[in-house]
Amino acid sequence: MKRYSKFAILIVVIIGSLVWLALGGINESKTYYKTVAELHEMGDRALAKRLRVAGDVEEGSIVRLGREVHFVLRQSDLRLRVIYDGAEPLPDTFRDGAQALADGKMGEDGVFRASKIQAKCASKYEAKPGSEPLRRISRTM
Amino acid sequence: MENLGALAIVLAFTLAVYSVAASLAGKWKGRPYLVISAERAVYAIWFLLSFASALLVYALLTDDFRLAYVAGHSNRDLPILYKFAAWWGGQEGSLLFWSWILASYAAVVVYTNRRRFRDMMPYVTATLMVTMAFFLLLIGFVVSPFKVLAVGREVIAAPDGRGLNPLLQYWAMALHPPALYLGFVGFVVPYAFAMGSLITRQPGDAWIHTTRRWTLVTWGFQSAGILLGAGWAYAVLGWGGYWGWDPVENASLLPWLTATAFLHSVMMQEKKGMMKVWNMVLVSATFILCIFGTFITRSGLISSVHSFAQSPIANYFVVFLALLIAGTTWLILSRLDYLKSESQLESVLSRESSFLFNNLILVASCFAVLWGTMFPVISEAFTGEQITVGPPFFNRVNIPIGLFLLFLTGVGPLIAWRRSSLESLRRAFLWPVVGGLATAAVLLAAGVRHFYALMCFSLCTFVAWTIVAEFYRGARAIRNRMGLNWARAVVELTHRNTRRYGGYVVHMGIVFMFIGFAGAAFNRDTTVEVKIGDSIRLGAYELKIAKLDEGRNPNYSWHHAAVEVYREGRKLDTLHPERRFYFASEQTTSEVAIRRQLNHDLYLNFAGISDETQNAVIQVYIFPLVSWIWIGSAVLFFGTILCLIPSKVKLQYARTEVVGVARQQAPVRP
Repeated sequence: MKRYSKFAILIVVIIGSLVWLALGGINESKTYYKTVAELHEMGDRALAKRLRVAGDVEEGSIVRLGREVHFVLRQSDLRLRVIYDGAEPLPDTFRDGAQALADGKMGEDGVFRASKIQAKCASKYEAKPGSEPLRRISRTM
Repeated sequence: MENLGALAIVLAFTLAVYSVAASLAGKWKGRPYLVISAERAVYAIWFLLSFASALLVYALLTDDFRLAYVAGHSNRDLPILYKFAAWWGGQEGSLLFWSWILASYAAVVVYTNRRRFRDMMPYVTATLMVTMAFFLLLIGFVVSPFKVLAVGREVIAAPDGRGLNPLLQYWAMALHPPALYLGFVGFVVPYAFAMGSLITRQPGDAWIHTTRRWTLVTWGFQSAGILLGAGWAYAVLGWGGYWGWDPVENASLLPWLTATAFLHSVMMQEKKGMMKVWNMVLVSATFILCIFGTFITRSGLISSVHSFAQSPIANYFVVFLALLIAGTTWLILSRLDYLKSESQLESVLSRESSFLFNNLILVASCFAVLWGTMFPVISEAFTGEQITVGPPFFNRVNIPIGLFLLFLTGVGPLIAWRRSSLESLRRAFLWPVVGGLATAAVLLAAGVRHFYALMCFSLCTFVAWTIVAEFYRGARAIRNRMGLNWARAVVELTHRNTRRYGGYVVHMGIVFMFIGFAGAAFNRDTTVEVKIGDSIRLGAYELKIAKLDEGRNPNYSWHHAAVEVYREGRKLDTLHPERRFYFASEQTTSEVAIRRQLNHDLYLNFAGISDETQNAVIQVYIFPLVSWIWIGSAVLFFGTILCLIPSKVKLQYARTEVVGVARQQAPVRP
């Protein structure tokens, strides 16, 4: 068994350091996934955490001011004002009515500061979500 | 017509079920004709599915908008290439495509092994056909590609289709899904042979010898699929990255990692008879992860930027995966006796140990990626809150893993089997290590302070040096002996042992790719609001906005900029970033302009129009060394093809066994 002790030690060292890195990585990038409604319920508790908020982009709310992009995320009648000032360009799928995910932190003024925006097209391939009158009237064969 | 297509699929499903039953019954009752009929069913399935696919492609090419699938994924004005690519452009079609590839693979396997492995083949056929039946169940009864549009009892045709997402209308994106599928589906073959060999308690490694080429081909396709996807993301999506640790990307990476581990660890089994259980686990894990990857991309389980809409097939996948995992685990556990290792590890400084650590680290990486991808699901199950982890998590774990792997890439091939003496280590590694350290020293002197980048460049020199030295030593010997010139000697050397030297070429491709990855540490960018006549400075570049205009055509409206590129007062080029808005899909896309060079890419994106000032917002990026990723990819494929060419000199292994049908033959031990 002595022969294997060197291997055991090396393996433990490697796995150990990877776990340590992984835990650090989780803490650094841990993001709570919330909908606009859940964010409203959280109140002040939302201030400290890194959040990812999901909602629909309100029609006509996207305004580009220099490097910042302002818009409103909504879920039924709840609204959340968002300012995006990240470096990456906005995704092409980000537009009025799209489902968007905003990563960032809640400001004390009630405006969400996003550093990253993802917009969800229903699929990589499926043309358009939502407007599917065709599917409703389709039947097999 | 659509009825014929649907009928073909249902018939194929029935035949797949029959084939499973007949091959198992034939084997158990000792009725060879049943086994033969099961194998013929495999060919019949291939014909039926080819017919169904041909019908679907025909419908796509002739704009038959009565079919829901055609109306959903094509339109009249779509270029013909993309009409054809729409075959795998949507969920139903891509599942048909998956099944068709599987049927083709299965037919080839059954044909090439029709006289071999009579013991094991019924189980191989059965394993392939169980998978086949599962996918045919989906497209036959759950998500049929031949659904027609209808009101009441009347079939109607849509006037025009909704078209293919404009982002996907790019050459790499037409090739990315088929390449990935060829890789995903292909792994069913090694898996089926592994299972067949487990069930029949084969004593040797017949399944590994038979499937080596399959494994390599499918690995090549997986790599191609992943890299084409990365190339597409870089050139089309407009954020300048090629990898974002998105769940769908991760899903394609997971089986690639275990497949890579498998490619290496089979050498241990071939040469030393070690790691038999481990190889079984790896080949099964790879196949299961392939199915899992298909599942993630198809089911919307994890919220992803580009996952498919929620669909009814998720539950089917969960059941199938659970059965696969349970069945495979049980089989391996119940056959542990047959998987005993024939030799043992002797020293940490040995080839065996470098393989061991290579595997450990690849699997650790796979596990970390899987964990990160599934983290929202796991955290929701335990805490009730969905928590996601982002790229920092993946990078923190995978960058050190990548560097360690790179290190092993240099060490592994040169270190001796069993144990190495310090003297032999010194001989093999002295100059490569000096080269690596010298690279680090030069870069430090040049002011590079980024730790991982320094490590990476230094290791790249080290590995490249070892590879070149191997070619040099081998070619010199041949040159002296046969009096050939250098180029001929290198060709001769490679031809004598294509697996070994092809493998080195693949490693060289990996080195080039790492050079490209490390370049990302020095990315620079700026975002500027500009009007005509303004100029932007970034690095040594001065960019002058020569023209800004807009317009529209029937398909889309566009904003366009002509940007003149100057360096040190000299005009180099004019770039044309553009932003389009497609009317049919109401979608905006960026046509980025890239000036590709070996040392860096200049990348311009027309981000939009400022609402306040009506100025154009232009993003400028400099991506150092990124071209080396694509160069490395090409080298990697070239190396994979080299590995597939049969060696001129038949390899003699210390241990070779012939098993299966030729059991009566005495084991050959050269």
